[in-house]
Amino acid sequence: MSPRALVREAEKRGINIVAICDHNSAENVWAGLKAAQKTNVIVIPGMEITSQEEVHILGWFPSVEAALEVQAKVYGALPGRNVPDKFGMQVVADEDDVVLDFNERLLIGATTLPLEEIVRVIKRAGGLAVASHIDREGFSILGQLGFIPPNLALDALEVTSALGIAKAKALYPNYSAIFPFVCSSDAHCLEDLGRGITELECEAASFEEICMAIKGIEDRRIC
Amino acid sequence: MINLTDMAKALGLTTFCCSDQLNRQIHGVYCGDLLSDVLANADAGFLWITVQMHPNITGVASVKELSGILLSNDRKPLPDTLEKAQQERIPLLGSRLSTYELAIRIGRLLAGDKGYAAAKS
Repeated sequence: MSPRALVREAEKRGINIVAICDHNSAENVWAGLKAAQKTNVIVIPGMEITSQEEVHILGWFPSVEAALEVQAKVYGALPGRNVPDKFGMQVVADEDDVVLDFNERLLIGATTLPLEEIVRVIKRAGGLAVASHIDREGFSILGQLGFIPPNLALDALEVTSALGIAKAKALYPNYSAIFPFVCSSDAHCLEDLGRGITELECEAASFEEICMAIKGIEDRRIC
Repeated sequence: MINLTDMAKALGLTTFCCSDQLNRQIHGVYCGDLLSDVLANADAGFLWITVQMHPNITGVASVKELSGILLSNDRKPLPDTLEKAQQERIPLLGSRLSTYELAIRIGRLLAGDKGYAAAKS
């Protein structure tokens, strides 16, 4: 997805916070941040990391530096090379949609990092660790493990737009008592942007406010 | 050498798609549910037995040039999986048996097949 088109589409749809979470990489985050300057959209540096167990975990970070610090750890644990004609080209672009590079790593693959280690690494970098699309069959913590390991320091559970937060609370009452739910687009193409959103009640569109809303601190909350 | 048609008949398998591709010979079998494991360890021409039904299995089968995918435990491919398998021309088969039960039965079939034994020696 073009960084400029992404930001433009977010503005058009009234979305003011977008997390860019490429698989196992944060190389396109800079372009998204720059493209969003002088707009009403803020971009959160993110990454969707695949654990050794093939569970997807989202990392949302306070800064690009934090995201790149985690990227270095992920790259060090990610075997394989991409096969573009099977898995698509992995473009790295700038904020003007100029192609800078093609990422040759197998970003669609799994790291050798266990689930618990990924959550630790995200938290150590000051990020939020969210279990991706838990209601989906593939690559979700419930799909792969059948349960959420006790004491796993997740900040939230993400559900797909097909389910939504309200239904998720009814479907997973035990998890609902422990974790907040969020809903995202998980958009792999522009048309899907905004199909799932999380509304937050907070004082500003910033990473710090998102953290407070997810944790329910000082009247900030997930609606 | 045993092909998918022989296999499907001997084991009473369901064919979900690409029945015109069942003349593919089976050079071996791989059992696994972690895609990264199959990518690392399966060989071309292998039949892959798995419980995974999501669309990414077709990408793996295509990259590794597997002869086909056999879903165990009565799993059915998701609609997107079926569509991608048809596009990639990858036979998708199914059985109500477990991966273990299927492996045992296929093992016996392949052990009794002279062509397969000759190819492996």
